[in-house]
Amino acid sequence: MSTTIIRNGRVIDPANKRDEVIDLATVDGRIADLSAIRNPKSEIDEIDAKGLIVAPGLIDIHVHLREPGFSHKETIESGARAAAAGGFTTIVCMPNTSPVADTPSMIAWIKNRAAEMACVNILSTGAISKNLSGEELAPIGSLVQAGVVAITDDGHCIQNHELMRRAVEYARMVGVPVMDHCQDYNLVGNGLVHEGYWSTLLGLPGWPAAGEEAIVLRNILLAELCDHHVHCQHVSAAGSVRKIREARARGIKISGEVCPHHIALTDESIQNFDTNYKMNPPLRSQQDVDALLDGIADGTLSILASDHAPHAGFEKEVEFDAAPFGIVGLETELGLFLDLLVHKHRKIDIVRLIEMYTVEPARLLKLGAGTLSVGAEADITLIDPEMEWTVDLAKFQSKSRNSPFDGWKLKGRAVRTIVGGETVWQL
Amino acid sequence: MNLTTQTPPTTAVPIMDAEAIRRALRRIAHEIVERNPDLKSVVLAGIPLRGVEMSQRLAEFIREIGQVDIDMGVIDVAMHRDDVGKRTELPVVRASKLPMPLDGRTLIIVDDVLFTGRTIRAAMDAISSFGRPARIQLAALVDRGHRELPIRADYVGKNLPTSPNEKIRVCLEQTDDGSDAVWIEK
Amino acid sequence: MDREMTNMRWNRKDLLGLRELSADEIDFILETTDAFKEVGTREIKKVPALRGKTLVNFFVEPSTRTRTSFELAALRLSADVINISVAASSLTKGETLKDTAKNLEALHADILVLRHGSAGAPQFLASRLKSSVINAGDGAHEHPTQALLDLYTIREKRGKIAGLHVVIVGDILFSRVARSNIFCLLKLGARVTLVGPSTLVPREFEKLGVTVSHRIDDILPDADVVNLLRIQHERQRKEYFPGISEYTRLFGLTKERAKLLKPDCLIMHPGPINRGVEIDSEIADGAQSVILDQVTNGLAVRMAVLYLCGGISTT
Repeated sequence: MSTTIIRNGRVIDPANKRDEVIDLATVDGRIADLSAIRNPKSEIDEIDAKGLIVAPGLIDIHVHLREPGFSHKETIESGARAAAAGGFTTIVCMPNTSPVADTPSMIAWIKNRAAEMACVNILSTGAISKNLSGEELAPIGSLVQAGVVAITDDGHCIQNHELMRRAVEYARMVGVPVMDHCQDYNLVGNGLVHEGYWSTLLGLPGWPAAGEEAIVLRNILLAELCDHHVHCQHVSAAGSVRKIREARARGIKISGEVCPHHIALTDESIQNFDTNYKMNPPLRSQQDVDALLDGIADGTLSILASDHAPHAGFEKEVEFDAAPFGIVGLETELGLFLDLLVHKHRKIDIVRLIEMYTVEPARLLKLGAGTLSVGAEADITLIDPEMEWTVDLAKFQSKSRNSPFDGWKLKGRAVRTIVGGETVWQL
Repeated sequence: MNLTTQTPPTTAVPIMDAEAIRRALRRIAHEIVERNPDLKSVVLAGIPLRGVEMSQRLAEFIREIGQVDIDMGVIDVAMHRDDVGKRTELPVVRASKLPMPLDGRTLIIVDDVLFTGRTIRAAMDAISSFGRPARIQLAALVDRGHRELPIRADYVGKNLPTSPNEKIRVCLEQTDDGSDAVWIEK
Repeated sequence: MDREMTNMRWNRKDLLGLRELSADEIDFILETTDAFKEVGTREIKKVPALRGKTLVNFFVEPSTRTRTSFELAALRLSADVINISVAASSLTKGETLKDTAKNLEALHADILVLRHGSAGAPQFLASRLKSSVINAGDGAHEHPTQALLDLYTIREKRGKIAGLHVVIVGDILFSRVARSNIFCLLKLGARVTLVGPSTLVPREFEKLGVTVSHRIDDILPDADVVNLLRIQHERQRKEYFPGISEYTRLFGLTKERAKLLKPDCLIMHPGPINRGVEIDSEIADGAQSVILDQVTNGLAVRMAVLYLCGGISTT
């Protein structure tokens, strides 16, 4: 019987509407009732959480683990370590691996690998279309049986609305939400950066906000038509926020997530052609940032995620248009959101922040995780909300270093990550 | 041969005043007239900045003495220097002006201070891209010694022995907006 | 007396674009160009300023005219020149741009003149190499020496830049020549109007400080300079405008339209000209056209730029 008591922390458990300074106990990898602990003190592991927040293990629903196929960028093992170092106990990985995760055997492979190698919980998503090519449905039912928690073509976007409609209907039958990377290929063309002042000034092909909004609108229509949940990944544009807000007000099953770089940076950052500022969807204007912040504040955008997209150094160190899109994010996202949303812009309080990383994703994906209820798996994140720290790329657990945040001074970070009652990372 | 305008610092020792400079230039003009019976074949080419003003003054004296309007030009040496790429500051380049054919002519390079001789070497290099004068001569207001190349002046205003770490400053009325003077800074 | 230029000290090893240059720096380049233009009038058109230096024309995007201009400029400065085009380079064998450039640097290339299809490629190399990097055109971003020679030509013919109304006509959206021109003209106080189809001259450009118009006949009478860009009708542009003949009808500088111009208005074109498309053949050869002066000035401008950037010690 392994018993741990986390003492003196501020326990924030939004699922159970708890926010109090109280001790928390775990026994044999599950949250336990404190009063039921009978062990002599010598057998109890004590963790002093004075000044810290004790939260349910955080969940990141948008992570690229790159394995199989791209293990030079990241592996399930290294990605899990990066997640732990960022304070995450559960991560949901995207299917754009090689081969694509569009068969039950691929899902099984990932599951086994994760069981072997990963120090945090790994959940899979399955592809919507075979090989992510947007032409035929993948065997969604079998994928769900194999254990995927959602389907998505992330990295790609189904352009054929009829096919997407059928996918949403099908997903409804098997009970998983559809997550979508919203990009209209025709409107976007070979767009590299936000279509606006900076793309005009620098002569870079623009990625107009309308290219995202068009597909957000498509997804809202289909969510309504099929009466099923569609989740818009990495929402970046003011127009998208408006449309999602209006649809949610009418009760449509639509949701949106935000990645930290879309509120930490604007398209002004691209002027040195540094590929660490090249992501998809791109960094946009200050007006878009403001709309995202408002969307988070009023609950329109209900989930926070990283879109952790590792790339090897030599892949990013090329001409701007040749570089792959994306940055790593697991080890900086919590710090950035705490610093920007809670401290700097004061858009939400820390309880809501934790809710967006626990209750909201758990509700979307129908997970048992995200709570500190007695009996739940002892996945716990300890957070020091006031700690000032400087991002140091050299210390990252991830295999990749493609991040624009090196040297950033942030306030707030995870200090200890516990999975199934075991500490898998601490500062 | 500094190209910056200047005012005398307090540690300066005056060597020539306006009258001394005037006499020196007049004497050089005389020498030029004496040694060049065919003044029309002479071209005075000044090296910017002060060489240009100097050559204009020489031309005035030559007009008085020899009754001839002598041909004038400008030789910018910056792009002909032998130390381009070794200096942390790039010398400013200006357009040269030698629009006349040079065959058969005597070209007299005019400069204020003759020191290592490298400026004159660069000037001769520049001249060679314009043409091939019959002969090239050199007029310097001050010869301060310490030649690094086998170059000598044909006409000298004043011989001035110096040590290499001393600085010679020349001030000419039009170029420097002050009265003529030459002084040494120790 | 010569104007003193000693307040200005050139200290850039690279010329990547005009957006980051100050008006003083641009003026300084133009004044240095005066000196090098004179070299072209000498009997022996050669000075030893870059003797012993090696210049590599690294043209990943092909161009004969610009490359020849840089090559001639380098030879007149007594530099040694090597020309590399992408087909011949190892880039086609999968070597990265960075590795190719490092290899060139290992061969003691002092100056790299780069033309590349990717915006930012010169920046990318300049920050990684000790060699000087000169941007000969990067994607749709900048073509600084073209804009400098345009500027020089305007100044030569009209005596000044400030206060002139310069009209740039054509495919602005995809034009690096347009961008570099916009940056330096605005910095030196000119008034700039962009004219072309709304799909190729979006209103967004107004945020840069220029006027946008889609009606060329309204603009021409007030122009002091008209700079016509070459119109391309590649595959990618088909969505932007319907074809060459429609373009010419709406925006071409025909003989008729040229009558709207002020008599001292300059007609410019970066070349190569599409006779009968953006400009009528007769007008291209006419009295107001300074297109050939641009070419001559291009050589002097490039000599000045190579002298300034290549002449700085990199130790």
